[in-house]
Amino acid sequence: MSTANPPALDAELVVDRGSFRLALRLTVAPGEVVALLGPNGAGKSTALRAIAGLVRLTAGRVRLAGRTVADPATGGWVPTERRSIGVVFQDYLLFPHLTAVENVAFGPRCHGASREQARAIAADWLNRVGLAPLARRKPRQLSGGQAQRVALARALAVDPTLLLLDEPLSALDAGTRVDTRAELHRHLADHRGGTLLVTHDPLDALILADRLIVVEDGRIVQQGDATTITARPQTSYVARLVGLNLYRGYADGHTVALDNGFKLVVADRQQGEAFVAFRPAAVALHRYQPDGSPRNVWQATVAGIQHHGDNLRIQLGGPLPAAADVTPDAAVQLGLAPGERVWAAVKATEIRAYLAGKEAG
Amino acid sequence: MVLVPALLGLAFLVLPLAGLVIRAPWTTLPDRLTAPGVVTALRLSLQSATIATGLCLLLGVPLAWLLARTRVRGRRLIRALVTVPMVLPPVVGGVALLLVLGRRGIVGGWLDSTFGITVPFTTTAVVLAQSFVAMPFLVIAVEGALRGADTRYEEAAATLGASRWTTFRRVTLPLVAPGVAAGAVLCWARALGEFGATITFAGNFPGRTQTMPVAVYLALETDLEAAIVLSLLLLLVSITILASLRDRWLTGPTAT
Repeated sequence: MSTANPPALDAELVVDRGSFRLALRLTVAPGEVVALLGPNGAGKSTALRAIAGLVRLTAGRVRLAGRTVADPATGGWVPTERRSIGVVFQDYLLFPHLTAVENVAFGPRCHGASREQARAIAADWLNRVGLAPLARRKPRQLSGGQAQRVALARALAVDPTLLLLDEPLSALDAGTRVDTRAELHRHLADHRGGTLLVTHDPLDALILADRLIVVEDGRIVQQGDATTITARPQTSYVARLVGLNLYRGYADGHTVALDNGFKLVVADRQQGEAFVAFRPAAVALHRYQPDGSPRNVWQATVAGIQHHGDNLRIQLGGPLPAAADVTPDAAVQLGLAPGERVWAAVKATEIRAYLAGKEAG
Repeated sequence: MVLVPALLGLAFLVLPLAGLVIRAPWTTLPDRLTAPGVVTALRLSLQSATIATGLCLLLGVPLAWLLARTRVRGRRLIRALVTVPMVLPPVVGGVALLLVLGRRGIVGGWLDSTFGITVPFTTTAVVLAQSFVAMPFLVIAVEGALRGADTRYEEAAATLGASRWTTFRRVTLPLVAPGVAAGAVLCWARALGEFGATITFAGNFPGRTQTMPVAVYLALETDLEAAIVLSLLLLLVSITILASLRDRWLTGPTAT
């Protein structure tokens, strides 16, 4: 990846849809996999469709490998069929009247390859995704995982500058998903062009992408690599994704006054608007008020109990709504049940405090 | 209480056809069917209806695409105009065609003076009359099929580099093929049965413009048995179409 190469994607997307506004700045380097992560309705798919030219921009621009393909300000517009992209749609959209190999050959044929060349390219791609024996099957004769691989082969067969994946694994059942995800990871690593992956599944994003961009309500709320994002979530959506208790407040030295009035003592010294985060496992629950080292102790009500791996995740109500992880043994000893009152404690050293506002990465 | 009118209705539809079968001159049937006049009329009918269907496909499918897939201005007006021949008495259609394409008509006059081509009362006129009344059936059927088809397949084709025309030819058309086929069969059946516009615009020349329905009407005045035989033949063709529609298309979408 030399610096002389223009990014595979350099886009500033502004799309107005009624009262909803999507406004994102995105770049993807050649060979890089970027995940656009966010809840449903965040505008992820609209962003992907705008890059593909299936939705018009209200403002901004889209550049693919240095070539401007959409620029409303100057009226510049390259239609979808002349953009160097490949798209894997959420439900694949394999042409039902064509066989697997014909589906994959469709792109190369449209790009000027002869019938024989297109067939050869398609056969090679089907081979690479391990589906050579099923080349003559129609899409309805393929399983979900197989259809996904054909869709991937079809999108990659045109050697796109930018590969766009729209929730590529969401239509699969849990078992198929794990295998397909691993295989997808391998193919994305081999792809020389850039890849933009749209997903609402944090696991897909963490495993497949080099860089994550979290989108909420049409805007980027956080971006960076997986470590940065999981360590310092900036919104409750991200915190939930990575399984952290997250609060916003005002830090004054070692004390953070949360927006709901609750005060937490933290080890990090900060000044100003800040986030505080701690793991559910860092919350200790007690039957009686504990004494000793913990600096943050409050009385809570058990609002709910769920299984979480080998442990139980306790949802706590009260002055500081939080999740706490305890072992089943501890839960029995404490007599935890919905509505019971318990004492919760978190050590100051278990709480991370960091200033809000600046996006990490 | 519902059963009585229901059975009456059924009888009303079936009895005339039964009468046709009962009154058929079964003993002389083979000779009559192979009589030169019958064969000629049948051949002309089949040929002209098939050519008319081809013409309707050529012009009607793009028209249906225009109505279903574009946002051209006055689309609703266009659709209304397309459906007019469906509700218009065919004889009026024949008069209208005669006025436009006749020797003194707007287009006909020009064709006559420039190329020396006369359209009315030729086999071409038969095909045009049939196309005029039958095309709306095709356009409406294909437009419905296009509206029902998932346009995201067309988007997928575009992302693979397919031009609008390639997408239409290789994705859209195959996806709506059952609808096009059903529309073509309806169109062909309507063209085959065409009478009013044909006799008005094309007349009644055996071998040139005398199609089966026209032949039936004329035979009725001179030779009742011949009329029955010709009617029987048309009935057979209609039933064959119905059966082919049922087996291949009407049950198609649910069966596959």
